[in-house]
Amino acid sequence: MPIDRALLEIEDLNAWYGESHVLHGISFDVREGETLSLIGRNGAGKTTTLRAILGIVRNRTGVIRFRGEDLTVIPLHAIARRGLGYVPEERGIFASLTVAENLVLPPVVKDGGMSEEEIYELFPNLAERRSSQGTKLSGGEQQMLAIARILRTGANVILLDEPTEGLAPVIVERIGEVLQLLKARGMTIILVEQNFHFARKLADRYVVVEHGSAIDYFGASELDAKMAGLAEQLGV
Amino acid sequence: MFCIPYVKCLPFVALYGQLLLGLINGSFYALLSLGLAVIFGMLRVINFAHGALYMLGAFVSWWLSVALGIPYWGALIVAPLAVGLVAVVIEKTMLHQMYRLDPLYGLLLTFGITQVIEGTFRYFYGASGQPYPPPPALSGPLNLGFMILPIYRGWVVVISILACLGTWLLIERTRIGAYLRAATENPVLVQTFGINVPLMMTLTYAFGAALAGFAGVLAAPIYQVSPLMGTNLIIIVFAVVVAGGMGSILGAIVTGYILGLLEGLTKVFYPEASNIVIFVVMAIVLLLRPAGLFGRAA
Repeated sequence: MPIDRALLEIEDLNAWYGESHVLHGISFDVREGETLSLIGRNGAGKTTTLRAILGIVRNRTGVIRFRGEDLTVIPLHAIARRGLGYVPEERGIFASLTVAENLVLPPVVKDGGMSEEEIYELFPNLAERRSSQGTKLSGGEQQMLAIARILRTGANVILLDEPTEGLAPVIVERIGEVLQLLKARGMTIILVEQNFHFARKLADRYVVVEHGSAIDYFGASELDAKMAGLAEQLGV
Repeated sequence: MFCIPYVKCLPFVALYGQLLLGLINGSFYALLSLGLAVIFGMLRVINFAHGALYMLGAFVSWWLSVALGIPYWGALIVAPLAVGLVAVVIEKTMLHQMYRLDPLYGLLLTFGITQVIEGTFRYFYGASGQPYPPPPALSGPLNLGFMILPIYRGWVVVISILACLGTWLLIERTRIGAYLRAATENPVLVQTFGINVPLMMTLTYAFGAALAGFAGVLAAPIYQVSPLMGTNLIIIVFAVVVAGGMGSILGAIVTGYILGLLEGLTKVFYPEASNIVIFVVMAIVLLLRPAGLFGRAA
């Protein structure tokens, strides 16, 4: 069960791509051990929110506080050292590295990460193909590898961007099982997902994002009452 | 006697001599193009200053000997470090601002840096060279039975092969190499993993420059230490890198040696073409494989 304490606080977050103002004062917090899902239509600003939190989008204003520390003044490479692991939408598997090299690429940032053996047990497909070139894996296997490499680092907050996009239902189900396992282990998860049916099995709370703003916040227990409105908002 | 029909016949001893000469030139081509490939692969900067850094390595070893009495063996370590340090200053003060721009800007900047470095040395030392003898332990000839091998030249071939092999292993078989290869593909994502990519870029430039400095120390006893020694070499080295595949480590090494040997043989069998053979090969490679022999198409 989540502990009721804000681990990550986002206040009035604005972000720009060049001249284009994409985030308009988003605010929310994430508590330790909970799964928070950012939901919204394509282009609503969900991915940009993750990228602004991590510092990939540098042109931003507002407050991003992690365990009370201001992340906006920390260099990009130092943010991962605080225990935040990122699984990007495009998966980011490196073509010049094997599966095994991709897996051990991110350095261990904290104690408590999974060992390579544990990871290969969790993802047997990766074990079988550990000598293959990373990008030769199927889309589902690449997604598993992208998640797996963060599990090794000991990061206790994982930012997942559209992990089910373009994947077969059986793979989506497997990824759901893995995320349930991580949730049970107490990992804090920020999940950006358009597949609302996937997110509802995992999320403790939701933030609805539209046009770069957070327009609604609610907990899992309020979901049923919100369903009709959400279906209209999300176009599902 | 070794003959190419309708061209020329040559005694085997002379042929071996030319092959050795080609191998020595190939050693310098490989070491220098390797440094260029490492730098281009990671920074996407065409480092025109590579020839000047090579010359700097030779001059530092000469200074160490003349001013401080530090012998060749000490220079082999100190000079690449000194050149690497100069490269850190260049990268930190100027070059890092070129990364987000078209590679042409990096080329122009490093061309300007070359002019400044070479012009300064020419002002103080003129165009003539300074002598730098090989260390006593590597002086003299060695009779191999089928040819006489100047020991120092044999040493250059061996040590440069080891340096190339070591660099290849570092990049292809170590964790640091995996960081470099990954950062070449997606530097932002590698930073989100907690790896300090800007520092890696500085160190990569310093490493590539140190390889040039190392080649400069090796070259000092063979060629004279002269402000223009890099200028004479850099255009050929660029042709080697392009033929091998821009940014390809293995391509730079293999093509460096092959083209060195080819140039050596051309000097014997058709000397008129020896100055252009490398460029002709480069043009043919580009026509048949635009990404180079070992390069990957974009």
